[in-house]
Amino acid sequence: MPAPFTSITSRLVPLDRVNVDTDQIVPKQFLKLIHKTGFGKYLFYDWRFDTNGKPRTDFVLNDAKYAGRSILLARENFGIGSSREHAVWAILDYGFRSVIAPSFADIFYNNCFKNGLLPVVLSKQDIEYLFSNPDQEVEICLQDQIVVAGDRVMHFEIDGSRKKLMLEGLDEIGITLKLEDKISNFEKKMIGQEIKM
Amino acid sequence: MARTIFEKIWDNHLVHSEGGQHLLYIDRHLVHEVTSPQAFDGLRMNNRKVRRPDLTFATMDHNVPTNNRSLPIVDQVSATQIEALARNCREFGITLFDMASTEQGIVHVIGPELGITLPGTTIVCGDSHTSTHGAFGALAFGIGTSEVEHVLATQCLWFASKPKTFEVNIEGSRKSRAVTAKDMILYVIRKIGTGGGAGAVFEYRGPIISELSMEQRMTICNMSIEGGARAGIVGPDRTTFDYLRGRKYAPKGEAYERAVEFWRGLTTDPGARFDKSVTFDISSLAPQVSWGTNPAMVVDVTESVPNPDEFAKGNENERKAAVRALEYMALVPGTPITDISIDRVFIGSCTNSRLEDLIEASVVVKGRKVSPNVRAMVVPGSQQVKAAAEAIGLDKVFKEAGFEWRESGCSMCLGMNPDVLSSGERCASTSNRNFEGRQGAGGRTHLVSPVMAAAAAVEGRFVDVREWL
Ligand code: SF4
Repeated sequence: MPAPFTSITSRLVPLDRVNVDTDQIVPKQFLKLIHKTGFGKYLFYDWRFDTNGKPRTDFVLNDAKYAGRSILLARENFGIGSSREHAVWAILDYGFRSVIAPSFADIFYNNCFKNGLLPVVLSKQDIEYLFSNPDQEVEICLQDQIVVAGDRVMHFEIDGSRKKLMLEGLDEIGITLKLEDKISNFEKKMIGQEIKM
Repeated sequence: MARTIFEKIWDNHLVHSEGGQHLLYIDRHLVHEVTSPQAFDGLRMNNRKVRRPDLTFATMDHNVPTNNRSLPIVDQVSATQIEALARNCREFGITLFDMASTEQGIVHVIGPELGITLPGTTIVCGDSHTSTHGAFGALAFGIGTSEVEHVLATQCLWFASKPKTFEVNIEGSRKSRAVTAKDMILYVIRKIGTGGGAGAVFEYRGPIISELSMEQRMTICNMSIEGGARAGIVGPDRTTFDYLRGRKYAPKGEAYERAVEFWRGLTTDPGARFDKSVTFDISSLAPQVSWGTNPAMVVDVTESVPNPDEFAKGNENERKAAVRALEYMALVPGTPITDISIDRVFIGSCTNSRLEDLIEASVVVKGRKVSPNVRAMVVPGSQQVKAAAEAIGLDKVFKEAGFEWRESGCSMCLGMNPDVLSSGERCASTSNRNFEGRQGAGGRTHLVSPVMAAAAAVEGRFVDVREWL
C-alpha cells in the first residue's frame, strides 16, 4: 500500500528529452529483482553511467546541484514502452515523489498511482516556464490540484478516484474485495456462456 | 444503439461503475516471471488467495536461455526469478508452462496457440504487448505489477476512464509478398507517432485486414502499443474461427459450434461511431526500416536516413530527439538505407516468431548463405512453433545458411537473457522496439519484417527484398 500523498515542495530536476521510454528509465538487465525496492540505483542507468560504470558528467542526475530534489520535470510522452512497474519503483526509490510532464504514456501514468508517485500533466506553456527556472521552489498540492511556482499558479486535472486513492493511500484490492457480491453474481451470470471454459 | 466491437466486449464485462471508475471482469490472466514476483509477494503479505487459478496461466519467457535447455541457468538472478515463478504457481495452484514444457514459449505466442485467447474475452498480462491477443477480437491490455496483483486477487480490473475508440482503416492491395503486416504497422506508427493512439483502443479495419492470416493480424495488433494505444482489435471472422478449432483450451465439438455462433455477433455494427478515424492506402507501400530510437522513426527501404529538420517538421523537441537518435545510431542524414551494413540479425519476438514468419524468412534464405560479417539467429516464439518448423525442415534451411537455431523465448528482443548486442553492434531485428539499449547497452536496432531481416543477413546490409521475392 502506498503512503498517502497530500503535497510536496521541492526544486526541480529538469530532464529535457521527449519520449523517454521505460528501457531508459530502468534498463532491463536490472529487472530481475523480485522485490519492489532497490531499483533507484539503476534509474536512467545508461544515461548516468558510461560503459565502464563511471558517472557521465553531462547527465542531469550527476550534477550535485540537483541532488535531493523530489520532483522530476519531463517532456512529452514520458514513460512510453513497457508496462513494467519497475520504472515507477526506480523513480520512487531514487527519491522522487512526483513527475511533471506535458503528457505521459497510458500504462506508466496508471502505474504511478498504484505506488504513490504523482504524475502531473501541465500545459506546454507551464512546462516551458518551469524549464526556464528549475531552481525555484515548486509546491504541488494534490487536494487543490495546483502547482505553485513563484507567483504563478498552475492547475492540473486528475480524475476523482485516483485523487482519492493517492490522498488516502488506499488499498485498492481491499476496496474491490468489498464488492464480492457483485463479482460473484457476475460470475454466476457468466456460467454457460460459450466463451468461458 | 450501434456499437463497436470494443464497446460490446466492454459492456459484456462491466461488473460495476462508481465515481467515474469502471470495474471490468477479466476472463484470462497470463503471467510471466518478470512482472509477477512482487504481485505474489503482495498476496502473501495480505494473506490473499488467487481468486480464479483456473483462468490464470503462466509461462517463463523473458529470462530463459535459448541455448541448450538441459544445462543449468548460469545467471543466478535469472534463475531466482524463474524459480520464484515456479514456486508461486505451485503455491497458488496456477497452470505453468515451464522450461521443460513442450508448450512453453513467449506468453503472447502460446496464448493464441493453446486457444487460451478467444474472441470476446478480456485478457490481461503484465506486459505491454498483450495487445497482440486483440487479433482474435479480444479486449487485451498490458498492465503493471500492482494490477497483476489486483487481478490475481479479484479477477477484476479498474479503469479510471473508458478508452476511446480509434478506427485504423487499411485500404488498397499489396503488390508484393515482400510487403508484410510488419511493414503496414510500422507505416501506421510512422504516420501517427508513438503517442498517436494515447488513451484509445485501435480497431483495424478494411478489406486487406480481412485477407490477413491470424499470424499477420497478431503482428499488427502486437505493435498497437508502439502507437501509444491501450489495445488493438481485429473483428473475428472465419479465419479466426478456423484457427481456433481443435486448440487445446478452446471450446470443442458442440460447444465450439455454439461459441462460433456467439463470436459471429462480435462485429462493429454499421453506423457505429468511432472517436477518431484514420485511413491509410498501402497499395504503394515499400518495406519499412527504422533508423532511430523509437518505432515512429521509420522510412522506406528505398529512402535515406532523414535530416532531423525535415523529420521534426518544426517541432524543436522532436528535432533534438532525432539528432540524439542519429548520434546514438551512428548514422548520417542522407545515407541510403541500403548502404547501412549490419553485424547481427535477430528473427524472433512476439511480433514475428510464428511459423508463418519463419516460413517466409526461410524462402529468402533458402540456398543462400549468411554474410561472413553477420551473426544471425532465429528464435522460434514457442516450443510448438519450433517443433512445427522442424517438422517441415526449416531448421535445416536456416542452419545450412549459417543461422543459429535456438530454443523459444524473448531472447534478444530485450536482452534479459544472455542473447544481447554488444555496444556499437548494429542489428536488423524483427522485434518491436528500437529504444536505446533495448537489445543490449549501446546496441543499435533497426526494426524490419522477417523477410527484410533474412535478406539483410545474406547481404550484410539492408536490401529491398521486393527484388528477391
Ligand atoms: S518478445 Fe519482446 S516484446 Fe514480446 S513479450 Fe518478450 S520481451 Fe516483450
